[in-house]
Amino acid sequence: MNPAETSLVSPGPATDAPLVEVKGLRRVFDLSKPLLNRLIEGGGRVTLTAVDSVDFSIRRGETYALVGESGSGKSTIAKMAVGLLPPSAGSITIEGIDVWGEKSADVQRRMRRRIQMIFQDPFASLNPRWRVGSIVEEPIKAFAMIPDAKDRAARVGELLSLVGLDPRDGSKFPHEFSGGQRQRIAIARALASEPHFIVCDEPTSALDVSVQAQVLNLLRELQERLGLTYLFISHNLAVVRHVATRVGVLYLGRLVEEAPARELFADPKHPYTRMLLDAVPDIEMAGKERLAIAGEIPNPVNPPPGCHFHPRCPFVMPHCKTVVPPVLARGDAGVRCHLFAEG
Amino acid sequence: MSDATEAAPVETAARAPGLVARLRDNDIWFSFTRSPITVISAVVTLLLLLSALFAPLIAPHDPFDPATLSIMDSFFPPAWTGEGDPRFLLGTDDQGRDILSTILYGMRISLAVGFASVLFAMVVGVTLGLLAGYLGGVVDSVIMRIADVQLTFPAILIALLIDGVARGVAGPNSYQDIVFGVLVLSIGLSFWVQYARTVRGSVLVEKNKEYVLAARLIGLRPWTIMVKHVLPNVLGPVLVIATINLALAIITEATLSFLGVGVPPTQPSLGTLIRIGNDFLFSGEWWITIFPGITLAILALSVNLLGDWLRDALNPKLR
Repeated sequence: MNPAETSLVSPGPATDAPLVEVKGLRRVFDLSKPLLNRLIEGGGRVTLTAVDSVDFSIRRGETYALVGESGSGKSTIAKMAVGLLPPSAGSITIEGIDVWGEKSADVQRRMRRRIQMIFQDPFASLNPRWRVGSIVEEPIKAFAMIPDAKDRAARVGELLSLVGLDPRDGSKFPHEFSGGQRQRIAIARALASEPHFIVCDEPTSALDVSVQAQVLNLLRELQERLGLTYLFISHNLAVVRHVATRVGVLYLGRLVEEAPARELFADPKHPYTRMLLDAVPDIEMAGKERLAIAGEIPNPVNPPPGCHFHPRCPFVMPHCKTVVPPVLARGDAGVRCHLFAEG
Repeated sequence: MSDATEAAPVETAARAPGLVARLRDNDIWFSFTRSPITVISAVVTLLLLLSALFAPLIAPHDPFDPATLSIMDSFFPPAWTGEGDPRFLLGTDDQGRDILSTILYGMRISLAVGFASVLFAMVVGVTLGLLAGYLGGVVDSVIMRIADVQLTFPAILIALLIDGVARGVAGPNSYQDIVFGVLVLSIGLSFWVQYARTVRGSVLVEKNKEYVLAARLIGLRPWTIMVKHVLPNVLGPVLVIATINLALAIITEATLSFLGVGVPPTQPSLGTLIRIGNDFLFSGEWWITIFPGITLAILALSVNLLGDWLRDALNPKLR
């Protein structure tokens, strides 16, 4: 009866093949001064390696969480994954299509539709001069999904009620809503193009704690209903524990540990992951000894040689300072640490 | 049916509170009513605009119809002085034209040139500012360096230059036909820099906001994003500059006409009228130049005051 209704059915059959594959991803930013200044004032090129040879894959229906401190490259990976920032090297493949290598404009268009993003700041991610209805409607128009204006308005109302808002809210402006409601609008906009893969870039970090859980539950509910796959970026381990099926820990652009969420929280391997987990306030942890976080994240322009973590690591060994540790497989998990070399 | 009822509110509720009610609810309206000077200047501006617009209906005489002019009527002082003629409230000039009527008609030309050149400067400036801010890189450098160079010349000098070139190219006879366009072009081109700089600055702020990223994500073209997303968010300051520039443009046009490079005496603007009257100032016929001068001053002042208020009202830091 309703043509839009059918589109809410979960996309494609659930297979074991990964929906998203990231291989050897690398991004270098050039921070050098302009050529003329370099010639006059001296000083060579200055580069920052924000993301360095990152590999991971996400299976359909999974939530893959990337965690790390500020400056660890989380948001850079997010931007590369959705096609907003070209990688310096490596590839991102989504549903078998290379996001940055695909030449055919038509295929690219179809792929774009399947990738969406939910941003960190719901106060900046909605155009203040646009009515909510137009904001949610825009992707539908951009991909020419529903030609009839009346059907489109109906679909917008449907999307708004899907995220827990009133369909009549479409005629209001974003400033009439609270942070949590705005994030719901942003989610409705992301869902409008019927994506299969959504990148959530710290979607709750700008919200009140009481609202965070509501938005997270909404995201999880939508995942079950629509068969969505998430790449979830966060620095909040409590949030990650709540939503993730698999977790990757980033340190200075490198993936230092990767494991199923349950395993990572129960048995963290990399010293950095252990530090991070010990820093999470937790009633059950009361009285236990914690591994204190020592030092600060080094300047990414000039990272320490060998293992980036060695200056802060309590288990540092001589060759940590010179040799970059390889990724060592531990069952379903992977860890980049020399400690596990002869396990 | 259920679909229709769900769809309808999105369309109709958009204008539900009504434009007038929304305007009265607005804080800009509130700040307007709280400022008597602004209300007065708005009323004065509106009166002058209307009287210029309806000059053919209001003016007691048609100063451009030679058939109605009589050389016997020349140099009448204003009506309230002893030697005045009640037909000519503000007196007449050397050709027997009614000063009040010439002012009304002159204001039309002044305002037309003012509005047209502000519009022209706005279109050029906003477009170049958008391009410079959004595209950045070489485009940005080229546009902004041109703007920098132009800022080192006074506006009136640029206007004189363009006017002189156009006069030389067109020749004295056909120049009459293009003088309006030349004035608009020369005044407009000397004002675009302000718009370009303001818009570029705002675009640099807006383009990194996440709503622009969201628009890029769905594959919209840069031009679409600029016009549909960025432009509406940078128009506030542009409106303020436009209002203040309107007064400036009218004065610039008057200056050009006063210097004799503006509109010809057969179709006089306020500036032309002041210049014509200037010749008779020392022989005692003061009214010919004083009344157009006062009109120009009032017009420029009230538009300027409106612009000042608008600038403060739209600036959230001053509220």
